[in-house]
Parts: sequence; C-alpha cells; structure tokens
Amino acid sequence: MPTTASSAAHALTDVTASDGSLRRFLHGLPGVDTVGLEARAASLGTRSVKTTAKAYAIDLAISMVDLTTLEGADTPGKVRALGAKAVHPDPTDRTAPTTAAVCVYPDMVAAAKEAVAGSGVLVASVATAFPAGRAALDVKLADVKDAVAAGADEIDMVIDRGAFLAGKYLKVYDEIVAVKEASGAARLKVIFETGELSTYDNIRRASWLGMLAGADFIKTSTGKVAVNATPANTLLMLEAVRDFRAQTGVQVGVKPAGGIRTTKDAVKFLVLVKETAGEDWLDNHWFRFGASSLLNDLLMQRQKLATGRYSGPDYVTVD
Amino acid sequence: MSDKPKNTEKTSEKTTDKKAEQHRRLSVFKTYKLYVGGKFPRSESGRVYEVTDPRGTWLANAPRASRKDARDAVVAARKAFGGWSGATAYNRGQVLYRVAEMLEGRKGQFVQEVADAEGLSKAKAAEQVEAAIDRWVWYAGWTDKIAQVVGGANPVAGPYFNLSSPEPTGVVTVLAPQESSFLGLVSVLAPVIATGNTAVVIASEKSPLPALSLGEVLATSDVPGGVVNILTGGTAEIAAPLAAHQDVNAIDLAGADEALAKELEIAAADNLKRVVRPQPVDYSATPGTDRLTAFLETKTVWHPTGALGASGSSY
Repeated sequence: MPTTASSAAHALTDVTASDGSLRRFLHGLPGVDTVGLEARAASLGTRSVKTTAKAYAIDLAISMVDLTTLEGADTPGKVRALGAKAVHPDPTDRTAPTTAAVCVYPDMVAAAKEAVAGSGVLVASVATAFPAGRAALDVKLADVKDAVAAGADEIDMVIDRGAFLAGKYLKVYDEIVAVKEASGAARLKVIFETGELSTYDNIRRASWLGMLAGADFIKTSTGKVAVNATPANTLLMLEAVRDFRAQTGVQVGVKPAGGIRTTKDAVKFLVLVKETAGEDWLDNHWFRFGASSLLNDLLMQRQKLATGRYSGPDYVTVD
Repeated sequence: MSDKPKNTEKTSEKTTDKKAEQHRRLSVFKTYKLYVGGKFPRSESGRVYEVTDPRGTWLANAPRASRKDARDAVVAARKAFGGWSGATAYNRGQVLYRVAEMLEGRKGQFVQEVADAEGLSKAKAAEQVEAAIDRWVWYAGWTDKIAQVVGGANPVAGPYFNLSSPEPTGVVTVLAPQESSFLGLVSVLAPVIATGNTAVVIASEKSPLPALSLGEVLATSDVPGGVVNILTGGTAEIAAPLAAHQDVNAIDLAGADEALAKELEIAAADNLKRVVRPQPVDYSATPGTDRLTAFLETKTVWHPTGALGASGSSY
C-alpha cells in the first residue's frame, strides 16, 4: 500500500512540472454535480443530534474554534480579552474545553501569544496581504516571516484569486510553495475565498492545487466577502481531502470560516465531516471553525444542557 | 289541477339549483399560525390542536407551540428590544394608535371570533371588541406621559440635578387571561409594549384564535417584527421554559391558575424576574397604571449643575 501511495504521489509530482500539465490535471478532475452536491449537503443537514451526542458535538465544536478577530480596530487589549476567552471560554464552568487557537493579524501575534501562554491554545496569524492578497510576492513573504518570527503556530494565507481565475495555476502553486517554505514549522492554512471562485469546479480545482502545493489545511474563506463557508462548498472540500489522502497518503485539514454563527450550523458541519471525510478528521488537528460569534452560541447551548434552562447573552462575554 | 303539481316541481327545481350553487364554492379554511419575529411560522414541532367553541363545535386547528418555539420567540423579542425601547415614546404612541386603527377596520372578524370563542351574542362580543380597541387607544396615550408620572427631578442637598426616569424592563413573558380571549389579552399586552418592553405572549389555551388574528393586525400596523410574539398551545408546557429562561426579564402570570403560578414563580426567581401574580381583574373597567409600572425600572442619574454664579445660582 505505501508503495502505491508513493507512486501515486510521484505521479502527482509530475503534474506540477509545467503550467500545461497542471492545467491538464486540474481540468481533468471530474466535474461537480451542483444539484447533487447541494442536495447531499442539505440532506446531511437534516440529521437530528440530541442529548449526549449533542453534548459531545458542542464540546468538540468548541475545541475546534479558531477564535478570530480580524478588524482594523483590533487593539492589544481586545486581543488579550480574546486570548483569555480562548483559554477559559466559560468562566462559570471550567469543564468547558479550550478553543483550538486564536486567529489575529500578524502585528497582534505577540500580544496573542502572551495571552494564551502555557494553555495549549495555538496562535494563528493571517498573512500574505490578507484579505485581498493583492501584493508582490516579496511583500507577502515578508508578512509571513514577520508572523512566524513573532511566534505564530499557524499561518493562514490567501491565494491569488486573480491569477487563479486567469488560469495561471502554476503562479498560484509556486506562491503557495514559497509561503509554505517561509512558514517553516508553522502549519499552513490556504484560504481560497470560495465566494470569489464562482463555480464548484473551481473550488475543487483550488482544493487540489492547494494540497499539491503542500497545504496543511484548506480553508474556505476570509470572512470578508458576501458568501463565506456554506455546507455545500465545505462538503466539496472534504471530498477533496478524502480523495487526496486515498491517492497520496497525506492527510490535509479543512477549515470552514465565516458565516457559521449557531450551534445548529456547527453540528451540521460536524455531520458533514463524519459522513464525508470520516472520523479521522473529527479532531481539532484536522478540522477547525473560523468564527467569533459561534463560540457564544455554543456556550449558551452548553449551559442549557448543563442546567436545563435556556441561557441568554447576559451570561457570555460581549466581544 | 294539472297546473299545480307542475308548479311545485318548478319551485323544487329552483331550490335544488340554489343549493347546488351554494355547494359549488368550496369552503376556504384558515390556517392559523404563530406570530414570531414578524413572521407567521407553524410550530417547529409540527403539532396542532383542535379549537372548539364552548359547545364543542370545531372552529379551527391552532398550532401547539413547543419549548423551541418559545426559545425562538425570546430570541426575536431580544433582537427587537433595542429598536423598540430606543424609539421615542411619541413614536411608540403613534404605532399603538395605528394598531387601534387597523383593529377598527377588522372589527367584524374579531367580533365573530370572540363570539365563537366565548359563546357570546354578536352584540356582547362587539362590546368586548370595542372595549379592546379603546384600550389600545388608552395605552397609546400613556406612552409619552408615564415618564412624567413615575419619573421626575429629586431634591438633593448639593449642586446636582438628580433625575429619575423609567426604563423598560426588557423581554416580558405574558400569560394571557384564559377566559377573556381578546379584551383580556389586549389589557395585559398593550401596557407591556407601551413602555418599550418586548413581549412573548402565550394566548388563552381554550380560545387562541382572536390572539392569532391580532398577530396579523400587528404585522400590518408598523409594530416592528419581534416586539410582540404570539404563541398558542398548552399554557403550562410553554410557560415552564419561559419562566426559567435566563434571557426573559419579567413574567405576567395573568393566565396561570394557582398551582401553575406557584411553580412558575419559583422558576422565575432564578434570575430575579419581575413577576406579576394572577389576580381577579374586571377587564371591562378602566385599568389604571399598575400594569404599565409593573414592567419599568427606575434609572436615577446625578448631574452636576456646573459653576454657580456670584449670586449663588446661575439658573
């Protein structure tokens, strides 16, 4: 089995040899059945998850949150508050798990690092001229190195959507490879901004492109455009990581981000993970939620399960 | 002699024609739905129950709301609270008066529903409905006057203004009276929203139809969605999670019997909800301001008067 996996991996190294071969490979991926994909995502969303399964799902979802603040108005104080929340999501109930990471801009990494020190919570930093990604490669790499030097454990990069849509796949590929190298030991999440890729076929191609280039995670969106993570595009990316592991033996994580606000939504995504990629991905090393307000809803639902009465926004922090 | 049977035949033909004509039109039954967040959803549970008049004749199916509908209603009410409590008292008065205008236009429907629900004659039902409309107008008038009555400037021994002003309590759960399906409902709902609270109403269990129709009136009369949310079904079933809900600030137990009221009051104590206990009320009498002030908090602020002039006062 390992020999076939490695030979498949060898076959895949050939596809990135030139722009032409990469294009042939990406356009040779099977087309996406839009109606089937959306119907599948919708039908998996109807599953009822209750009582102990729900309690498990809530705790798992909390442990998968990348608690995010990406505002122009971020201050060190706000980042410290976010860090404190990531470490103790529910100050009234210390049994609540910590979140997976906090996600900030590169200049806030040091403050975030300090806030979560010793807790096991990671610090993720967006980089490469987030969210537009419209800058020269040197500038993007400097951005990445800056974040890594400040102590970021994970780097969230954006791909050059302009180049991708123009069909310059090798340019996008080379850029991801360069960023991966600059990230060093930090895990690399590659953001496709699915809302700007127009078609499901493009999302499938981008997923494979990112994984071929060495992404540790593929991530839907920046949270800065109108359409962010949806069950359908996340399902498509989960299929891609499943197929990629089957072919190459390399496991890649998935991170839907933006627009996931309620516990109900989060549980739907977990059902997608379980039914598509499998239980290996039901862990915060392989699946994350990029979110901020989601955590409060998860905590309110958690309090409801613990006490039997509905909680309210007065009992969670105001972010 | 020969003519006569022909004639009767003709008339009988005519009557069957008439009957056939009456039968040709299918009855259009109304689907009564909940009113939550400005929309008309069915119950999340999909359940309904049969509503009958006092003699047991079927009137309609009403949704049997579940605790999740109650939760959704609280979320809607909380969302609407900022806008409604922040609206000027004058504006709220206008909106409530608009409700009375719209009720006036649909008086016929409400008279019919109240007559069916409570087994009253048309004339008696009309009296009830008119009294209810007048009550909306009465409370509409109070919106911009209650602050002067229960707030004011307090005398203090220092160079300060000390001002007390009433503020709405928040999200209020209202158990509407069980017997008076419309006048009673209006008498407990209008004072809650007049002062800027938002309401989750549990309609009379036996006669919920006038309440559900009131939702349709509210939806078309400038009341922002979520300010009033109307649930129907088992009063005890829906009230229990609402009484325990941490994001509900007050509860009016008008429609609860003694045992239920006690149970709900205990649950409500957990987050120190304001509670109005059930009491015998004559809903036809002018109500006074008790229900207005029951759901108000007093905010008092100190404000320096600034430098006093050489004469001792610059005012």
